[in-house]
Amino acid sequence: MKRVLAALAAIVSLGTASAPAQTPDGVDLKALMSETPAPTLSAYRIFTPEGPNHPNAGVTPYALNTPLFSDYAEKARFLYLPPGTHATYRAEGALDLPVGATLVKSFAYPADLRKPAEKVRVIETRLLIHRKRGWVALAYVWNDAQTQAVLKRAGTRVDVAFTDAHGKAMQIDYRVPNQNQCKECHSLSGRITPIGPKARNLNGNFPYAEGAENQLAHWTRTGLLTGAPAPDKAPRTAVWNDPAEPLEARARAYLDGNCAHCHNPKGAASNSGLFLDLEETRPVRYGVGKRPVAAGKGAGDLVTDLVPGKPDASIIAYRMASTEPGVMMPELGRSVTHEEGVALIREYIAKLQAPAAR
Amino acid sequence: MKGLWIGAATAALLAGSAQAKTLTVTPGGDAQEKIQTALLDAKPGDTVMIAAGRYELTDGISLDVANVTVKGAGADKTVLSFDGQKASGEGFLITSNKVTVRDLAVENCKGDGIKSKGVDQITFRNLRVEWTAGPKSTNGAYGVYPVSSTNVLIDNVTVKGASDAGIYVGQSKNIVVRNSRAEMNVAGIEIENSYNADVFDNVSTHNAGGILVFDLPNLPQMGGHSTRVFRNQVVQNDTNNFAKKGAIVGDVPTGTGIMVMANRDIHVFDNAIDQNQTAAVMVVSYTQSYDDLTYNPLPRDIAVHDNKIGKNGWAPQFPGGEVIAKAMGGTIPPVVWDGVTNFTPKGMSAPVAVKVHFTDGPVADLHFAAPGNVFSAKPEVKPTLDDGPIAEPKPVVLPKAQTGQ
Repeated sequence: MKRVLAALAAIVSLGTASAPAQTPDGVDLKALMSETPAPTLSAYRIFTPEGPNHPNAGVTPYALNTPLFSDYAEKARFLYLPPGTHATYRAEGALDLPVGATLVKSFAYPADLRKPAEKVRVIETRLLIHRKRGWVALAYVWNDAQTQAVLKRAGTRVDVAFTDAHGKAMQIDYRVPNQNQCKECHSLSGRITPIGPKARNLNGNFPYAEGAENQLAHWTRTGLLTGAPAPDKAPRTAVWNDPAEPLEARARAYLDGNCAHCHNPKGAASNSGLFLDLEETRPVRYGVGKRPVAAGKGAGDLVTDLVPGKPDASIIAYRMASTEPGVMMPELGRSVTHEEGVALIREYIAKLQAPAAR
Repeated sequence: MKGLWIGAATAALLAGSAQAKTLTVTPGGDAQEKIQTALLDAKPGDTVMIAAGRYELTDGISLDVANVTVKGAGADKTVLSFDGQKASGEGFLITSNKVTVRDLAVENCKGDGIKSKGVDQITFRNLRVEWTAGPKSTNGAYGVYPVSSTNVLIDNVTVKGASDAGIYVGQSKNIVVRNSRAEMNVAGIEIENSYNADVFDNVSTHNAGGILVFDLPNLPQMGGHSTRVFRNQVVQNDTNNFAKKGAIVGDVPTGTGIMVMANRDIHVFDNAIDQNQTAAVMVVSYTQSYDDLTYNPLPRDIAVHDNKIGKNGWAPQFPGGEVIAKAMGGTIPPVVWDGVTNFTPKGMSAPVAVKVHFTDGPVADLHFAAPGNVFSAKPEVKPTLDDGPIAEPKPVVLPKAQTGQ
């Protein structure tokens, strides 16, 4: 009997979830919070009916100083916070985000990377929703007409063609991750967690409609964030491809953004003992002179993760350059080599000084 | 009144079984989506049944729901083929507690075969993990691969062709590996940086090395200890080491029966060790540089007794092996120990005591002055080397409730 009542209650609550929310055209918080994910993205009203390039009111775009490379996809990121709530500043790790907070990330390809605003095809939109019991990851795949995105819990593959920054035609067998794979990266001690919105990685300017402004300052000014110091007092992740910044800072930022989601003491690759987060300060832990453990064939014929002065002898550079499953790193999220990223890491290793003998 | 109680109990049982359901996947259609969806839809207590047939997968599959059994129709009937795998570091990844994987085969993964990471109570039973083109350095690294896991049972599993270790248990605790077969891998069975393992009634043959018990530095879990290796057949490990150089097992000489590197309280007994050209049992220190001050590179408190040792060590495949064999009368004795005893960990004033109980003689004591210091060797062959009995670790007991036992 109890179960029947519970089932009825569930049906009733589903009914209310799909009913219009208080602000008819705003983001549907109830849909976001429902245990049953909506089969189509439109149910949440994160975007207006005009499509994936039109965030609804209360959905704030943001960018990261150094993002994860994902097969040259352009990424558009948005933060939604329930009305009356705010994020709380943390100097380390992702900002403290309230229940209901939703991180939205769309992956898109312009037909020609040299004309990023033209003929853009959005492939998928991923949501990271903060429910009462923790974060939930969902991926929605857009149709060719860009009118609807449907839930793909088991992931899928999509053929993508574009012209790269050098004018070369690229064909990509684009992988939308399954729900568990979302967690493989978004995991700290086995619980799903956001990666991107760390204060240090948000600490840069964003071109808002009303003009460029530092994101931490903008979020504070608009009430999205409390507790943040002035941007110049907050930590800051270097911009990996800004040649004006120091090489080592850019390289460590790149490794942080592309490797450290697994390679940290609480991540999926904790057993490797290789920790590439920016907070790591012990050279052997970020690879200098460190031998691999369970890399198997992934190490190739190399014996050390990172050899100062010798990119060709460094496993990190070898695995970043590979596209062979079982060898390539990261394991998920790319099928082609990030040439510019590999070049940065190789330059960093080439110029890295060996630590002083102990 | 009694009847009423029984009725209530039956109702409770029925309610329980009504909750636990079986999600069946059949061949045909999009195997990737069908299997992965079942693994996502499973609730605690459920069984995901993968019916007999061949499933062609293009990506890794994964399970993150606790208390689920994933079951095939038999290791020769339900085959998950990763020939066309395009991504993921392994074929099948398990990250939730209390999981049993049984009665199926996994073939030709591009990386590892079946991996569990950070799992409490993981059972691998009646499985076949194979690289079907034979030993190749481009094969995936590990066949069955529990890591950072607790209460690990590997039972009646066959692994062939892994380019690192067929059965590899890393940084785990409370481990049983039994009734399994490792063939044509670089290492047959490897227990690494682990605490309390029983490895028994297995067959390890035609690998480069039969059974390895290693402890390596610079890892979250170090100080491997308390492993019993017994009643195994470690015979004819004669596949040339085909590992890439970067893998530590690439250093294992072809034709090694059992190798203990670093660790403490390792007991090797009642095994049949025969037809391994390098040596029956090698007990050695970790020789590479490291900067982890808490790591002890020496094997300590090691017992090798009551093994049935056949013909081994007639053509040792380590550098200088031929010369050493000649100096020892033509063949390497059943037990070879590097003889290093003088390691003083940082912060301590004297070396940690090293005891050995090697009664399966003769025993070669190489008397290295330091780990890997071949040039300091003063080889000496003795009938036995015995510092007296060493207490054997207690048998590993898995939780009664662990599924798949």
